[in-house]
Amino acid sequence: MTQVNAIVLRAAGINCDMETQHALQLSGAKAERIHVNRIIENPEILESFQILVIPGGFSYGDDVAAGKILANQMIHHLSDRLNKFIEDGKLVLGICNGFQVLVKTGILGKVDDNSKQQITITNNDCGKFEDRWVYLEPSSRKCIFIEQGRRIYLPIAHGEGKVLFENNDVFEKIKTDDRVVFRYVDENGNFGDFPINPNGSTDSIAAFCDSTGRVMGLMPHPERFVRNTQHPHWTRLEDKTRADGRTIFDNAVRYVQQNF
Amino acid sequence: MTQFRFEVFNKADSVDVGGRNVLADIKELGIETVLDVQSARVFLIEGQFDDQFAKRIGGELLADPVCEDFHIGKTVPQAGLAKATIVEIHLKSGVTDPVAESVMTAIDDMGQKCQNVRTARKYVLFGEINDKQLKKIVRRLSNDCIEVVVIGAETEPPSPHLAPYQFNLKTIELLNLNEQQLVELSKKMDLFLNAVEMKTIQDYFKSVRREPTDIELEALAQTWSEHCVHKTLKSSVDFEFDGKEIHFDNLIKDTVFGATKQLNKDWCISVFKDNAGVIEFDDKDAICFKVETHNHPSALDPYGGAATGIGGVLRDPMGTGLGAKPIANTDIFCFAEPDKSFDEIPRGVLHPKRVAKGVVAGVRDYGNRMGIPTVNGAIFFDDRYLGNPLVFCGNVGIMPRDKCFGKTSTGELVMVVGGKTGRDGIHGATFSSGAMTHEHETVFSHAVQIGNAITEKKTLDTLLQARELGLYTAITDCGAGGLSSAVGEMGAELGAEVELSKVPLKYAGLSYTEIWISEAQERMVIAVKPENLEQISKIFADENVEATVIGKFTDDKKLTLKYQGTQVGQIDMDFLHDGLPKYSRKAKWSPPENLSEPAIETKENYNDDLVKILSSYNVASKEWIIRQYDHEVQGGSVIKPLGGITNDGPNDAAVVQPKFDSDKGIAIGCGMNPLYGDIDPYWMAMAGIDEAIRNVVCVGARPDRIAILDNFCWADCKKEETLGSLVRAAQACFDGAVAFGTPFISGKDSLNNNFICDDGTEIAIPATLLISAMGIVDDVKKCVTADLKTAGNILFAVGLTRNELGGSHYYKIKKQLGANVPKVDLRTAKLTAEKIYKAIDTGLIASCHDCSEGGLAVALAEMAFSGGLGIAADLKGLPKTDDCASLTAQLFSESCSRYIVEVKPEKFNDFAKLMLGVPFGQIGQVIDIKKLIIKDSSGKNIVESEIADLKNAWLKPLKW
Repeated sequence: MTQVNAIVLRAAGINCDMETQHALQLSGAKAERIHVNRIIENPEILESFQILVIPGGFSYGDDVAAGKILANQMIHHLSDRLNKFIEDGKLVLGICNGFQVLVKTGILGKVDDNSKQQITITNNDCGKFEDRWVYLEPSSRKCIFIEQGRRIYLPIAHGEGKVLFENNDVFEKIKTDDRVVFRYVDENGNFGDFPINPNGSTDSIAAFCDSTGRVMGLMPHPERFVRNTQHPHWTRLEDKTRADGRTIFDNAVRYVQQNF
Repeated sequence: MTQFRFEVFNKADSVDVGGRNVLADIKELGIETVLDVQSARVFLIEGQFDDQFAKRIGGELLADPVCEDFHIGKTVPQAGLAKATIVEIHLKSGVTDPVAESVMTAIDDMGQKCQNVRTARKYVLFGEINDKQLKKIVRRLSNDCIEVVVIGAETEPPSPHLAPYQFNLKTIELLNLNEQQLVELSKKMDLFLNAVEMKTIQDYFKSVRREPTDIELEALAQTWSEHCVHKTLKSSVDFEFDGKEIHFDNLIKDTVFGATKQLNKDWCISVFKDNAGVIEFDDKDAICFKVETHNHPSALDPYGGAATGIGGVLRDPMGTGLGAKPIANTDIFCFAEPDKSFDEIPRGVLHPKRVAKGVVAGVRDYGNRMGIPTVNGAIFFDDRYLGNPLVFCGNVGIMPRDKCFGKTSTGELVMVVGGKTGRDGIHGATFSSGAMTHEHETVFSHAVQIGNAITEKKTLDTLLQARELGLYTAITDCGAGGLSSAVGEMGAELGAEVELSKVPLKYAGLSYTEIWISEAQERMVIAVKPENLEQISKIFADENVEATVIGKFTDDKKLTLKYQGTQVGQIDMDFLHDGLPKYSRKAKWSPPENLSEPAIETKENYNDDLVKILSSYNVASKEWIIRQYDHEVQGGSVIKPLGGITNDGPNDAAVVQPKFDSDKGIAIGCGMNPLYGDIDPYWMAMAGIDEAIRNVVCVGARPDRIAILDNFCWADCKKEETLGSLVRAAQACFDGAVAFGTPFISGKDSLNNNFICDDGTEIAIPATLLISAMGIVDDVKKCVTADLKTAGNILFAVGLTRNELGGSHYYKIKKQLGANVPKVDLRTAKLTAEKIYKAIDTGLIASCHDCSEGGLAVALAEMAFSGGLGIAADLKGLPKTDDCASLTAQLFSESCSRYIVEVKPEKFNDFAKLMLGVPFGQIGQVIDIKKLIIKDSSGKNIVESEIADLKNAWLKPLKW
């Protein structure tokens, strides 16, 4: 079977790299944490990996805006390399701050290739950082990271998680292109305002992917639910099924095993 | 070079969260005439680039292309609209501006250089406001200590350029001063040294036959400050109590440390020596814990003070042994009650709600950015904290067992790593060693420190890599006292020589003395063998971390300071560290007079009292705060601060699992009861120890592997009575630790927490002892939580309920204090904890909750609404003393060492058998009906409430 190699990006202020590496390892990948400076020095490194994960944290303190400075750095130093990585059929996953970075580099942030950024992630409507668990209803049929029909439960922890579109056309295009991956719902699958939709995101969107379905960004943290004892009230639960966050990493690893 | 001014603001159709939050703040001030607030971010960028590139900076970097617009230049609100007032808030020159640094990096990434970046916040207030209101608003939005406010469109912000420093060695005339002149000198230089200390210093310089330089006096003042050396707690004390005199040679050594020494636990690795106390975790790793206070800075600048509080305490584990990795934060705050009118606030004091919000935001922003989960905490409200809010920040770290000790050697290099040095935090250590006054706000603004969490995070990331490779031999943090303390401590046995002009600075203009005593954040000092210099420097450079050799360790037992090659100071290490005169103090304590138990009316039912206690600030849910902290980062939070069926119920302690490949965990809890101290500080301290231990035992920690920490926050201990109450508490620390077999491993004190108002009146904090506990959990899968699990299960009360309403929350809502303070029966307390642990470990317990603030009724209510189930309870089965006949005492007494547990019917016999030997009784069962029903022993319902009502009462008060 193909050896699955995943790179977990490090940068000043990224702080979920260890647990993200652990989650990938649980799913069978060989995962390495590598600092963005090393990749800029030697972009060839990317060649030997099939999965790139930009984990959560506060890259460069989220100064100016969440993920902005790291996105700027990647645009100006790694743009071509990342495009090639994606063109090669490889996978990119952005979690929380990583999602913000992917949107602000434009990799996930637009629907027209030649346009400027058309989608953004901005301040929560509630005006503050929130740590809470949310239910996520899957939607996209093309996104390779998810399991159809499996509603999952994951924690969010962010102050800027509201997905916003430049205009309705962009929003429609994302939908018709089947790029919406997860929406915030309640435990029965119903939409709702805060706290069900914790940040006021347009159409309750929690995650979306690019047109290939191989690049996904999501605000919730799948790497924080890869063991049952990470569930917020695991002491109440009899059912010890596979922790929901595992699905994302399992699917990524399986995809690489089957396609490379 | 051109200066470009950028203003970035929200597009008309997107939510201006910043403006909205400010509008809410203004409304909170009672100003209703402001109708709308628009916020903007301002960037002042100096660079040699053209307009075209400036537009790119605006569009590609500063403004979000979807929801923001930018303008180059100044925007002015359109004429004809409502009256608009422009308020712009700039940082004072020299204050750390992390965003500016990031913008410079980003412009560099875009291919252009810029010389200088500054950022500011701009608000346009729409509506009629008068000057007085504007002043109030400005005070709310900005902080004098670090910010400058510019009002109106015409005014220019302050210039960022600072004059360079001209070296000029300053000698102070000391040798010929008389006592009075010595005291005056101490005052003039803000040394906070008393006559005896000044005299000792004078004698030293007489013996070396020269006048001191300014840097020598400053270094001594810092090393000898109360904050750094804890001279009060280390002094010898003659204590008068109960007609007897007790002598302590060294108060803290004879009490708190003494217990640890007597217990002599082999699992304690390093206690009271290093920056944090260290105990064994498993075969490979050790864990350490430190709790610090950051009270004075938080009073002046709640946001910055609390942020640097957490930033500072993180550097303690980072600077323990060869450096630990921080894995969990704790935060405990004491504030005045938040619902106060501004007229009640003395001059020089911030409104308690502003303090609370600022402190929470500071902890949030620093802790979250560092990627360390904030898992445990508490908040205590009492109006005596008005002038001196207390901010306790704690951190637990993990490190390999073979990295628990560092050792410097002659010839090794002194390297400073992390943040650059600026003028921030000058005199922090000495300033926090005195009482606060209304003038502190202006006089000591320079003592406020500004943090940059990302600098600390980068420093941590690289230090851990260097530690793994064994590239340094010792490490410590630059905390209070800055380089002076750090290098002074590391070189204490050997001697050290430092070239101050090598220290990397944030900006020009610092004198050699300022460099030496600055308390700028995010700095660590390491000792590096010359042969490792190249390799370790590369690790730091690779991740853009500043690291500079500033000197070397010598063998002359002297601290030698140079600036540009000229010697500016030299002090014998022996004198610096051991020259402080030994103090003897007198202390006395006698029980407050006129304490009595109030007459209590008997009532038909206690529903209202229960609701009132649940919605009193100390008991009410802290969810609003907890959710702003990331309590799950690192993926190790097994028992989170919120739990239960809807994830919003209380848990007694947090449990973190620090290693992915092991189910071993650490339970973290705390205990603090200042109200009991108003009756007897001895029992307050004892209750704190009992509560902290109980909390961690409730979730499944091993009672034989619990270590505790002390944090004494007291008022002016020069007063014999105040010191006496501290001695009482310290005595309890000894007795409690020994009886429970629970060693203290680290501690800290903060004295002089009294505020002197401009009319001379004094607000002294109540005696406040925080006990923090950390206990080992062998298997986190066995942990239990407080929420009820299944209808039909049986509820037991374990531990005796006594007639002990003194200092209770029941009395608090009745505005009474009482006299019968809860006492701890030490033998039973320990046995009970052991049995509860055994029951959890053997799977006999479905849920377990500590019975504390608000007593039995509150504990039952919390378990019920947290589990979404009801309770039918009956006081007939409650184990109680004979004098505990009153229903109020049974419901609300806060007797210690009590647990409420839920047991499945089939485990009844095993549980009952295990509990033999401690008082316990069946008090009811879990029911499907969502009500809390408590019957008295005659079968009459004395509490009957919907759990939803109880929960709402508990959730609402602090939902800001």
